[in-house]
Amino acid sequence: MIKFFTQLGRYVMLLKKVFSKPEKPSIYYRQTMREFVYLGLSSIGIIAIISFFMGAVITLQTAYNTENPIYPKYLIGLGCRDSIILEFSSTVAALILAGKVGSNIASEIGTMRVTEQIDALEIMGINSASYLILPKLIATVIFNPILTLIGIIVGIFGGWIAGTLSGVITSENFIYGIQYAFIPYYITYSLIKTVFFAFIITSVSSFQGYYVDGGSLEVGRASTKAVVFSSVLILLFNVILTQLLLS
Amino acid sequence: MITIKHLNKSFNGIKVLKDISITFEAGKTNLIIGRSGSGKTVLLKSIVGLHEIDSGEIWFENTLFNKLNFAERKEVRSQIGMLFQGSALFDSLTTEQNVRFPLEMFTNKSSEEKDERVNFCLNRVNIINANNLFPSELSGGMKKRVAIARAIALNPKYLFCDEPNSGLDPLTAILIDALIKELTEEYSMTTIINTHDMNSVMEIGEKIVFISEGEKCWEGNKNEILNSDCEKLNDFVFANALAKKLRDS
Repeated sequence: MIKFFTQLGRYVMLLKKVFSKPEKPSIYYRQTMREFVYLGLSSIGIIAIISFFMGAVITLQTAYNTENPIYPKYLIGLGCRDSIILEFSSTVAALILAGKVGSNIASEIGTMRVTEQIDALEIMGINSASYLILPKLIATVIFNPILTLIGIIVGIFGGWIAGTLSGVITSENFIYGIQYAFIPYYITYSLIKTVFFAFIITSVSSFQGYYVDGGSLEVGRASTKAVVFSSVLILLFNVILTQLLLS
Repeated sequence: MITIKHLNKSFNGIKVLKDISITFEAGKTNLIIGRSGSGKTVLLKSIVGLHEIDSGEIWFENTLFNKLNFAERKEVRSQIGMLFQGSALFDSLTTEQNVRFPLEMFTNKSSEEKDERVNFCLNRVNIINANNLFPSELSGGMKKRVAIARAIALNPKYLFCDEPNSGLDPLTAILIDALIKELTEEYSMTTIINTHDMNSVMEIGEKIVFISEGEKCWEGNKNEILNSDCEKLNDFVFANALAKKLRDS
């Protein structure tokens, strides 16, 4: 328990350092643009591929579970849309990004720690926590909602392709289904969750990397911890946010 | 000039540095020598504030450095250049960008002026036609020289070097030592070098401090080191067969 509170205290102290005034905003701006590319744009591919296949699977599973004639066929489209918007595009995508982006951040910062690059920044009088972590936080908090929107569009498209090609639903029924009883607030709910998840992934992974002590073995461990802790926190906050936002 | 008074540092209750007091003189190459694990790197990192000390005083001229907060230390740190054991070049930046980095962060020079300074520093350490190479594409000796170029980019008053020639062949090690000495004289810097290389001691050691098990055991210059009464120092200095043979002859 003491260890937990010690770690929590260190995490809060690190965030305090991260959100201090930047030394030179122009350099931070350049770093943030770089992170948009490394952490944001480079994730579009994996999000698109996974969203497409998840959409396809959700459609096929919904179809096989609603074979009863009393269920209208357009429910398949509706089920696909709501599953993707409410859960997949934000939570499942966040878990995937925790693996990709989280381990990347923890190993990058951890390697900088063990090779004394962070010490070199500190010696120059640079707030290393802010310089390394703030651009990543800004980039992911801004870009992850865009990834969520891409995930929603590609996921529903994947559902439509799988549904129509396999013949479980006609194109007209699917399109009617995804328009039926649409609640725009679900998109807002999903985007709010994404912002929280992006913050969790980046801050927790940065924390694990920043305080690495040792060598390459510890960097590997920090990377694993970053993914595990981020994933658990994402699932925990998913419950809390769902209760707060949908109740 | 840097003065340390009664410095103590411990990790998890284990005392690593015990009551160390030293004065490092300006315009000289000051060497801290000792066996691996004797506390040299901890001492160096404590002086520059990378480790917070338990007690004691660290003075940079008339400024009590260890009592300053992070923001106040910036003023002193802007006058510090440091060469790390593993060079600590930023992996994601090219040679040129590494040297340019402190200029971008702390000066308002024009782009042309920065280019000029970067090229001057790289030429000064004999790095030619490597401006666009990344650290992973450089040899060990080149990395050290680029790290020196980055350290002197802002014309520092103090230069700290942690094992500057570790992992280098003897010839390159001598070149790096000579370069550090030249730069120390050229810029009248207070240079502090951590080393366990006796070649460096005899080549560039103007003031030498010997540390053993976290304690200062001896202080002198390279002429005095061979005739010391300190048993631990003699064990260290005459550790290899060639040195023993020379002493006995």
